[in-house]
Amino acid sequence: MRFFRVALLVLKKDFAIELKSYEILSTTLFFAVSCVAIFSFAFVKDGQAPVDAAAGILWIAIAFSGTLALGRTFERERYGETLKALLLAPAPRPAIYLGKLLGIVTLLFATEIIVVPMVAFLFSAPFFERPLLLVALLGLGTVGYAAVGTLFAAMLVRARTRDVMLPILLYPITIPVIIAGVRGTSALLASPVDEPVAMLWIGLLTFFDVVFVTLSLWTFEPLMTE
Amino acid sequence: MIRRTWIALVTFVLLGANAFAQQAASDGFVPMSSLPPGEELPAARFVVASYAFFLMLMVFYVWTIWKRLAKVEQDMKELGRRQGGATR
Amino acid sequence: MKKLFVPVAAMTALMFAYAPIAIANAPYESTMRLVQKIFYFHFPAWMALTVSVTICTVASALYLFKGWAKADRIAVAAAEVTVIFGLFGLVSGSLWGRKAWGVWWQWDARLTMAFLLELIFFGYILVRNYGGPGAEKLAAAMGIFGGATAPFVYKSVDWWRTVHPKTSVMTTLGETSPEMWFVVWFCTFTILLFMGLLLAARIRLEEQRAALDELYLAAED
Repeated sequence: MRFFRVALLVLKKDFAIELKSYEILSTTLFFAVSCVAIFSFAFVKDGQAPVDAAAGILWIAIAFSGTLALGRTFERERYGETLKALLLAPAPRPAIYLGKLLGIVTLLFATEIIVVPMVAFLFSAPFFERPLLLVALLGLGTVGYAAVGTLFAAMLVRARTRDVMLPILLYPITIPVIIAGVRGTSALLASPVDEPVAMLWIGLLTFFDVVFVTLSLWTFEPLMTE
Repeated sequence: MIRRTWIALVTFVLLGANAFAQQAASDGFVPMSSLPPGEELPAARFVVASYAFFLMLMVFYVWTIWKRLAKVEQDMKELGRRQGGATR
Repeated sequence: MKKLFVPVAAMTALMFAYAPIAIANAPYESTMRLVQKIFYFHFPAWMALTVSVTICTVASALYLFKGWAKADRIAVAAAEVTVIFGLFGLVSGSLWGRKAWGVWWQWDARLTMAFLLELIFFGYILVRNYGGPGAEKLAAAMGIFGGATAPFVYKSVDWWRTVHPKTSVMTTLGETSPEMWFVVWFCTFTILLFMGLLLAARIRLEEQRAALDELYLAAED
């Protein structure tokens, strides 16, 4: 129980800092929105959007703004050397990881609340035919992506080349999650909704989430020890 | 000793490779007559290319390891020599 | 270790010399004919890759949890060997695909996942080379996560409908064509031995580098 209390405390701390300035939320949102806008300039011609593009663009926007959010969140921790202090606290390390992960996931959900309707609007994509499936896909995909991202961003706080290294480490490993998200979402966009295919990818995403979260919780402790 | 080992290894690989390239090439030409006439793409060149690529890649990789090892050993010798000079 | 190197190298060389003869004499496959002969090195290369990925993952975990410097050296060596065999596997597969499927590349499950694995271990080497101080741990995490995706590569052809032959090809081959089966495993054994030699040489390089670093440190004092 103490484990989850610590995780919630870390989450509350991050929230309190973010609510003072809304810096990360506003920059991430702005980035995601401009990302989608650029794609719509590039792909939508004469009011006609390419059929399958919406799913891919949605996930690209999420992945890119996710990288930005991860970088900024841990840059803040590095700047005040607060991550070191956090790790010195007599709390289980995996709980600290979980708290940070919850913070990132919440941030990305907030971004998705704006970006999904925007993509649906600009690309005239029928995202909301099966809202539950969409929520499941987005939720599971975001958790999988953020699980790996939080771990690597936390590790990179000490590295000199962190800006370059984060995408290099993060993208190859999370591509399976992005592929599953894109394929699942484009199954939702098919004119009779292709439910079995969407369910297959949801199952796969669940599997990836379990593997990635377990591995992250397991490796966070030794990775953060100097 | 290491250098000699490397020479031995590379020679062996090259010898083996030689037999292999010739074999693959002649192997490619024999069955052409037995292929059905409808075949648009001759398969032999893909097979030969694949095995040739293996050979080149491995020779290249072995060469890079050898090169890097030689560099490190040379640095070691250099350091030993400089240290020997300094103490005297 | 060192004593074994030369005899094993000699044996591998002999086996490599015999491999083309064995491959040439193996019976032709009924539908793909000559181009199927790529298989005799394609499959062993992926087997070697599987072994080296496993070694890299286990060694990374050992380094991370136990802090053994030796495990770290083994992990780097295995990652580099993985990239080399993966490169050959992708290129030979592409050549085969051009003939058998008519295209150089196709984003089907097996190929995508294999490409990803190659990408992950290439990233591993990039992190190693340019990550600066502390890169060993970053790379170790990369090795563990990369190893975790490897089973997907193996099973992907059985789970999704793809153009790539299924893994069951290998289990039934022993019955359908014992000659082919023998040649495939002969080549696999040869390439695994060769991979062991490469690994040993690469580990030796890493050890020499560590020894050199120590000498430099000693010289500075």
